[in-house]
Amino acid sequence: MTVLQRSDRVTYPHRRHTHLESRPAARRRRFAHGEPLVLLAPALLLVGLFAGFPLVRSVWFAFNDVNPFQGVTGFTGVDNFVDTVTGPDFGTYVGNTLLWTFGAVGLQLVFGLVGALLLNSRFPLRGVYRGLAMIPWATPSVLVALMWMWILDPNHGILNKALLATGVIDKPVALLSQTSTALPTLIVIDVWQGIPLFAVMILAALQAVPPELKEAAAMDGAGRLGVFRHVVVPAILPTVLITTVLRLIWTANYIDLPFILTGGGPGDASTTLALQSYVTAYKGGAFGEGASYAVMQAAVLAVLVVMYVRMTRKAESA
Amino acid sequence: MTTPVKAFGRAAQGVALIGWLAVILGPYLIMLATSVTPNDVLTRSGASLVPAEVSFAAYGELLTGTSFLSYLRNSLVVAAIAVPLTLAVGTGAAIALSRFDFPGRQAVMTGVLVAQLLPAVLLVISLQGQLRTFGLLDSRLGLALVHAAFATPFATWLLKGFLDSIPKELEEAGRIDGASSWQVIRLLILPLLGPGLVAAGTYVFILTWNEFLYALTFTASDATRTLPVGLQLFIGEYQIRWDLLTAGGVLAVVPVILGFLLVQKRLVAGLSAGAVKG
Repeated sequence: MTVLQRSDRVTYPHRRHTHLESRPAARRRRFAHGEPLVLLAPALLLVGLFAGFPLVRSVWFAFNDVNPFQGVTGFTGVDNFVDTVTGPDFGTYVGNTLLWTFGAVGLQLVFGLVGALLLNSRFPLRGVYRGLAMIPWATPSVLVALMWMWILDPNHGILNKALLATGVIDKPVALLSQTSTALPTLIVIDVWQGIPLFAVMILAALQAVPPELKEAAAMDGAGRLGVFRHVVVPAILPTVLITTVLRLIWTANYIDLPFILTGGGPGDASTTLALQSYVTAYKGGAFGEGASYAVMQAAVLAVLVVMYVRMTRKAESA
Repeated sequence: MTTPVKAFGRAAQGVALIGWLAVILGPYLIMLATSVTPNDVLTRSGASLVPAEVSFAAYGELLTGTSFLSYLRNSLVVAAIAVPLTLAVGTGAAIALSRFDFPGRQAVMTGVLVAQLLPAVLLVISLQGQLRTFGLLDSRLGLALVHAAFATPFATWLLKGFLDSIPKELEEAGRIDGASSWQVIRLLILPLLGPGLVAAGTYVFILTWNEFLYALTFTASDATRTLPVGLQLFIGEYQIRWDLLTAGGVLAVVPVILGFLLVQKRLVAGLSAGAVKG
């Protein structure tokens, strides 16, 4: 959902700077009264209290033994990390996380690009179509899970009925409870929900490509494919990259669908690091160990966060 | 030569557009059809796109025989606290970032970006104990505060973008006429912020209405559980009552779809309109 904010930065690149340069005196005067502090304080307090502080404390938990009711019961250094990494299934969790994250985001990127090109072409009722296409974005994850659970239901679901009727299969398949299909099925469902946002983000970038640029390239003899490759692709690349990085971070941390649909199973066939973190903390009552999974993943994702902030800055000042 | 090629392109485009829409809306239509199919028909012959008989019995049972209404009320209460709170603190922060220069402004901007990427799955672990200490565990106010903190960075960003696009000439004039900063904000900025607040408010509403992980972890009774948590419990509880489950799904999704469709032009076009200008 946060992907939406990208557009502001991409779309108003020059504004703040013009503003700053045109009236430096005014800005300095405003600073003298301390209004920014008063204006910012409530937001900082709220976010600090319910996001900043818990973050720091959760990281601290990863280095301690933590009882759900008594809190921290003893500093254990890196023991939690050693335990999680040397656990017999750690490799499976990492593999699942990579497949889930890159699989889902990769497919969303490809289909989102195609969708954006489709949405960018002319056709009747385009505005209405665009609104309808975005509906999955606004749908609760629990409901997405519920709808697909019903579609995939082995006994009465519509997919199995259709496949049986057409003779593709001869007995019902339970896609979510087979080791080989559970995670891929979850990925498909996540892709279904994630495509619209990618499409709309790329669409915004496509519409920002100046038509004169495309015309000039066409006049210089570039074919349609040439215009796309040399004019359109470079123009939308920053948006595509930023959206992709953002979605990678989000998807790696997103556990709603596997939690509701498979619980990470069968066995741990669809358990990602983030899901295992939650399950360890809440089903196993081991908050410290649970936190250590999430901290490790966050440390890796921090690289992406830095990339994201840098790219955003670049897009803003470009 | 070009005409058949063009006609083929048009046909391919049409097929792709219809296919995509079918894939997007199909699950919702199946859910709607199932919710009005009598349960005995469902257990006999399973799902179908066009129900043989139509019955609203599932809706009746859902509203009178389950805790659905209580979940609905809780979701509304949480949203009624979280949305105005987020808009209030977000507006303040957005004005500070859009209209003032101050030391640490860059740091705050970076903080706004990074705060949107914090993993809920990590925060949730220590937030539970923290809420218990505050007496806010298993409370709608507690959940609303967490949702508001979660939504504030993006709301701030959205509102800041909106403010940046409002011309500052009027404020300049106001200042020259001797208005204080607070007067400028109250009389000249806030009245223009309406459309931005509607878009940001809708976003916060969708977020808090849909949020699952925090709600699941921080609520423990029917007096506090929100709709997503309630629906998830239903999945376990009424496993073979798909008429009931889908009816709950339909009722839960209608408010967000309506809200979204009402402002989608502003939310979505807000992106692309800026893009065209930029």
